[in-house]
Amino acid sequence: MLYDLIIIGAGPAGLTASIYASRYQIKHLLIGSQLGGTMVWASMIENYPGFDLITGVDLAQKMVAQVKKLGGEIKNTSVLEIKKKQDSFELRTEDDEFYETKALIIATGTQRQKLNIPGEAKYLGKGVSYCSTCDGAFFKEKTVAVVGGSNAAVTSALHLAGLAQKVYLIYRRRPLRADPIWVERLEKEPKIEVIYETNVVEILGDEQKVSGIKLDKPYQDNQQLFVDGLFIEIGGKPGSELAQSLGVDLDEKGFIKVKPEMSTNVAGIFAAGDVANASGELQQVITAAAEGALASNSVYRYLKGVGK
Amino acid sequence: MIVELTDQNFETEVLQSRIPVLVDFWAPWCGPCQMVGPVIEELATEYQDKIKVGKLNVDENPQTAVKYGVMGIPTVILFKEGKEVARKIGLEGKEGYVKLISNF
Repeated sequence: MLYDLIIIGAGPAGLTASIYASRYQIKHLLIGSQLGGTMVWASMIENYPGFDLITGVDLAQKMVAQVKKLGGEIKNTSVLEIKKKQDSFELRTEDDEFYETKALIIATGTQRQKLNIPGEAKYLGKGVSYCSTCDGAFFKEKTVAVVGGSNAAVTSALHLAGLAQKVYLIYRRRPLRADPIWVERLEKEPKIEVIYETNVVEILGDEQKVSGIKLDKPYQDNQQLFVDGLFIEIGGKPGSELAQSLGVDLDEKGFIKVKPEMSTNVAGIFAAGDVANASGELQQVITAAAEGALASNSVYRYLKGVGK
Repeated sequence: MIVELTDQNFETEVLQSRIPVLVDFWAPWCGPCQMVGPVIEELATEYQDKIKVGKLNVDENPQTAVKYGVMGIPTVILFKEGKEVARKIGLEGKEGYVKLISNF
């Protein structure tokens, strides 16, 4: 089946792109393996206008509902391969279906960055976690550590402080790079202890679950810290492999290079959200949504041949 | 149909089941779990002749979660003849779970 537009990625950028595409009456399909994308992991969103406090899941579900209400079609799978044809692109998904489209919006976001240290894979789901809201409750009255210094790391530490007995926040630099409003809340929380300029080099366990971590330098004369859980919040790496396979230019960190209207160097391919380099370091629901809207508008103009 | 699993009925519904059972370990506070929920419901309908699908709330049924060492959710475990045969930790697209089922 030939579509005018296929959007890859079901986070705020892709969902917004679909909302706009529906309103432009562009025949389109949204393909994404993770409905809601990264926002689903956010326990509290306090900076998306119109909602003074909303969970990431609630916001994601509202966006998905809005997409469907407008007639947008969502396929909950992954795109494995994209081939460039004469005037179109052919996509193959994980369930071995093929789709053809005239234009593409790549909104594949980021994948969670791993520490790549011994014990990380072995103890995943056994004390190692990338989601404090999901797994915090398994550590009631226990000791945990969070790795990272961003908004995600600090909000995770705050969330965990409400459950655990003790929370270490371990950051390789100084000072924390989270928004001042979060740092202020962190400083008022007696259960959290911040360890600066330190890296976690190994995750230790008893084969069944995590029992501690090894640091690259001593903290209070001890290079090992006893923890029951380790939450890794060190950001994401762009999911730009598909784009790269089509000859789309990436920046030095692997993000897709876009022009202000979200087009790339390849005709017919647009990008939006965390995978694109449009909003610099700011990876927010609102920037992703805005970029999704811009991308759909550009696709609309591209399909109509405006500005050619 | 999705079976509501508990610490009490896990033995009879899962371990003694004649067909494989896909168990979704979840909790109400877990965002990604809520995104997995509808996918699991679709699987329950599409594979109703082949497998049984159950949901276990780890908050209300901590014994089973502890017994299977579940300390991270969403976790989906496939049980066959009373034993764990496959496990997926974290959020997966529907196709990921389909693969898990079709391998057994």
